[in-house]
Parts: sequence; C-alpha cells; structure tokens
Amino acid sequence: MKEELVTAIADMNEEEAMDLVHAMLDAGEDPQVILDAASEAMTIVGNRFDEKEYFLPELIIAGEMMKAIGDLVKPKLRAKSMEAKTIGTVLIGTVAGDIHDIGKDVVSFLLDVNSFQVHDLGVDVPAATFVARIREVKPDIVGMSGFLTMAFDQMKRTVDAIKEAGLREDVKIMIGGAIMDESAAKYIGADAYGADAAAAVRLAKSWMA
Amino acid sequence: MSEKSPQELLTERITRIMAAAACQQPDRIPVFGPYQKYPYHFAGITWKQAMNDYPAARAACHKFLDYFQPDADFGPIFPYPAPVMDTIGWKAMKWPGHGLDDDDSMYQYVDDAYMTADEYDEFIYDPSGFMFGKWAPRQFTALQGFAQIPPWRRFMWTGWMNIGAIAGPEMQETFRLLTKFAGELNEWWGHQVQYWGEMKEKGYPLGFAAWDWPPFDIIGDTLRGTRGILTDMRRHPGKLHDALEVATKIFIEYGSAAAGAPLPFTWVYVHKSLREFMSDAQFKEFYWPYLRKGLLALIDKGIVPVIYWEADWESRLEHIIDIPHGKIVYHLANTNFERAWDALGGKVCLMGNVPNMMLLGGTPDDVKAYCKRIIDYTKGKPGLIMDSAVMLDEARPENLKAMFDFTREYGMYR
Repeated sequence: MKEELVTAIADMNEEEAMDLVHAMLDAGEDPQVILDAASEAMTIVGNRFDEKEYFLPELIIAGEMMKAIGDLVKPKLRAKSMEAKTIGTVLIGTVAGDIHDIGKDVVSFLLDVNSFQVHDLGVDVPAATFVARIREVKPDIVGMSGFLTMAFDQMKRTVDAIKEAGLREDVKIMIGGAIMDESAAKYIGADAYGADAAAAVRLAKSWMA
Repeated sequence: MSEKSPQELLTERITRIMAAAACQQPDRIPVFGPYQKYPYHFAGITWKQAMNDYPAARAACHKFLDYFQPDADFGPIFPYPAPVMDTIGWKAMKWPGHGLDDDDSMYQYVDDAYMTADEYDEFIYDPSGFMFGKWAPRQFTALQGFAQIPPWRRFMWTGWMNIGAIAGPEMQETFRLLTKFAGELNEWWGHQVQYWGEMKEKGYPLGFAAWDWPPFDIIGDTLRGTRGILTDMRRHPGKLHDALEVATKIFIEYGSAAAGAPLPFTWVYVHKSLREFMSDAQFKEFYWPYLRKGLLALIDKGIVPVIYWEADWESRLEHIIDIPHGKIVYHLANTNFERAWDALGGKVCLMGNVPNMMLLGGTPDDVKAYCKRIIDYTKGKPGLIMDSAVMLDEARPENLKAMFDFTREYGMYR
C-alpha cells in the first residue's frame, strides 16, 4: 500500500490518499512507513514543480495533505525517529513592513522537501529579529522575501544590521520576490537572488555542496 | 511649451495618449504612470500623514505634477483615508498605525478566505445578498448589523414583516457608525474632487477613470483568498467556473465607469495568474477566457483597458495577444521588453517598464540608457508609453526626472 500512497499524494488524489492512510493505520502499519511515503511523495511533487508540471495550487494541496497526514500519524509514532537528516539550515522571513507570505511559504516548503531545516520567521520581520534569530539558530543561509518596492531598502537595512552584528560572514543571504533581480541583490548586499522557488533551492544546494 | 493654455495642453495630452494606445503615431511617446507613495515621498511626508492629512496629500500631488509634468495624473485617488477606515473597521487591511508600526509602510491587504468553499452557491445565486449579509460583516467591524437583516430579495410582498432586526442593537450600532463613516468619507472625496478640478485647470487629464480586477481576482482577492482560489481550480472547478461567470459581469460593471471620460482608461490589476501561480492550462481554462470576455465588453463601450501585468509574463505572451489590436494597453513590469515588443509591438500598446530598482539605486544615465534602449527597439513604430515597471514608491528624483525629460526629448516621432 505504501507505493499506492506515494502515487495518490503525488498525483493530488486527496481522498484516496487519506483513505489509504486510514487503512494502513487500521492494518497496524508502522506510522514511520506512512510518513516516509508522504515525504517520498513530496519529493516527487517538488520535482514536478521544478519541471513546471506543477504550480502553486499543487504545492498548497501537497502541503495540506502532508499536514493532515502528520496530524493523524505523528501521535502514534514512538518517540524516537523524526531526526531527519538535513543538509543545511535556513532562516527565512518576509522583511519588516511587508506582510506578503505566498512566495516565502513556497520557498520554505520546497526547501523543507529538499532536506533543509527551515526556520520560518513569518511576515513583517524586523531586522533586529533576523539578527537575534541568526544568533540563536546559527543558520547556514538567510532568505529574505519582499513583494513591495519598499522591500529594497528594508532588505538593505536588514543586511546592514546583520553586518553590524558581526554575523555577515557566517551566513549566505538570498533574496526573492516578484520585483527583485540581480541589481537588487547587489544594492541590498545579498549574495544572490532567486527568480523563483526552484531557483532558491538550487542556490541553497549549491552553497551547501 | 509653456505658452500653451492649460486647455490646449489638456487636449494635446489626451490626444497624445489616445493615439499611443491605438498604436497610431502621436507627436511623441507619452510618459506617465502609476505611482503609489512616490509623490508623498517626494514632498517629504510619510504615508501615514498622507492617509490622514488630506490637504497635505493634495499639496504633495501638486508638487509632483509641477515638477515632473507627466502626460496624465495617475489618479483617481489619494492614499486611502485612515480615519474613514478606522471608523468602518476594515479588518482585511493593515496600515500605518493599524497593524503596521512603520509610519511609512504601504497599506496591505490581509489575504484570507472571506467566503468558504461551501458558500459558492450562495454567491452565485445572489452576489449582492452574499456580499451584504455575509462578506461585509466579515470585513468590517462596523457592519456587523448587516448579518441580522434578511437578504433584500425576500422583501417582496410581505417581506417587510421580517426586518424588525433593524431596531436591534447591532443594526443601530451599524447605523451610528455608518453615519459617522459617511461624513468622514465625503470630506475625503471633497479633497479629491477639488484636486481633480485643480489638475484639469493646470492642463492634466486624469489617467484612469476606473479601476478593475479580472474575474478570477474578484473571486480570489475579495472572497476566497489566494490559497482558496488556487486550490479550488482542482477541488471545486465547476463551482469556480459558475462563480467566474458572475464575476465577469461584476468586472464589466466596475470597468464601465470609465465610459465617456475624457481619457476613458480603466486600470486592471492582475494578481493571481503569475507564472508560478498556475499552469498554462489553468490560465487558459480559468483566467484568460473570463478576463478576455470582460475586456471585449469594455472595448465595445469605447473604453481602453490598461492591464497591469505585474511580474514576468513572457511565458504567456502567446495567449494574451489574442485581443483586438489597437484597443488595449498592456503595462509591463518584469517582462523582457524586447520579447514583448517582438510578440505585441504595433498591435497592443505597451506601457512600462523602467526598472524601479534602477530608479531607486541607479543613476540618471542608467535610466536614460534604458529608455533609449526600448525606444530604439521600437524603430519609430508607435504603441509605446514610457513608465516605471511597477507602482512607484521610492526613487531618486533625478532618476525619475531623467525618465520624464529624456522621453519628452528623445521620444519625438520623425
């Protein structure tokens, strides 16, 4: 049934997927097997997004399925496992003054699917919060998202704050958002700009290689 | 050019813009465009001040007009009025002093589902009934009373017997707040109308006589939220199609307000069909057919729709070319200008797309070089309006001045 579950999730058959999860639990299947199937399916979803077969609707539905399955299965999990391998840690947030979250959420989701440990600070995140959380989490990568044109200056202020805190050399910084481009990355003082969520994952992987 | 009377300037500017929109040759390339915060930034007042102090907002707009002399004012409104929004209690919006700490933050909509997927039928059956009885109380704290009143479609014959709730405390409170709200709102509109008159006296036409949103965004922005509508394409496609039929009529109604205006332009925001938001197949099924149908209806009324294609549209150019030529303007943001001109040039007037990052972080020479690049690419063929890539909030004045002055000089035809 595991393979069927992977296919059902990856093909966006929500009802079938949830029926299978219930059936597997009823049959006494190891909850870890169900979670493994779900994360295998997420990798397929991520690849299809990368190949432009899937778009935002499918990522949102995949995320919701993942959450629903997790809510069902995780309480039954014997407290050990769940220490997944990570290839890097990313701290991500939408900069102060901006409450747009869709782009940031997609990047968080895809990074997570690609084995990064993601700390999502949410939206309207002040520079001081980025700095404090960098000290606490010690991420490899900081991702800043912004949709408004005023995000140019707010991202610049955030990078400056990271510099002043003496943390700039410890992290790679990437930026994203509909109006961002290479010249914005230069102005802001970021290491790179990602045109879309797939580009963000490629960047993050290249930095951890 | 200062010897011309304001009336002559007004006529000249309208003629110039209308010719460009029709892909016919004006005297020169028009230059004007969408600003948000910029005039206030330029005048040295914060967004919060501009939202609260209407005379200051009006003065800032004059300062902008006098210095840059655009071919049209963006209009039609000043920043949203904070006191009015406070009184009506707009829960779906954040602004400085109301959910945003920075006095200079742009106001932003709180993207969420204000209609559940189960409520599609209700909306399709009677959109006004749904908006009045369910949507408004969810969006505005002052309008809780509306939830107590039966839909007006049930007023017929002895329906009046069922509206006693008007005397109830919720509706009485709604009446009290609405009266205050309307007074404050009219004060704000008074300043607007005064500004439009002053603008016209100086010889500037109002750039946009109506604002609109594509049918998909009417449902997506206002009712279902981004996550809701995008997943509805898979989960509730039939209901979504039915609702889009209704929303197309609403789109036409909104956009028609520009009919008969001196510059009959309707500005159309495009939000939820960006490259990553949906596949080409989804765009062709759910987005474009309804928008196109609505645009054709507006064009039939003599209106020129201006579509604000935010972000990068290169991958969808082949679809959006399917529209009557010389009747519509496409505003480009991050779409590569040359690719867009190759596909649409001379058929659809293109507006844009000087990068905002360049206007903020570049030099006047960078801006002139960019404007020259796109003007040269058109090889003297009409159908271009120069403008920033996206709504203008911040820029170095000398950079923006370079965009205006260089276009006026280098953008002469012949």
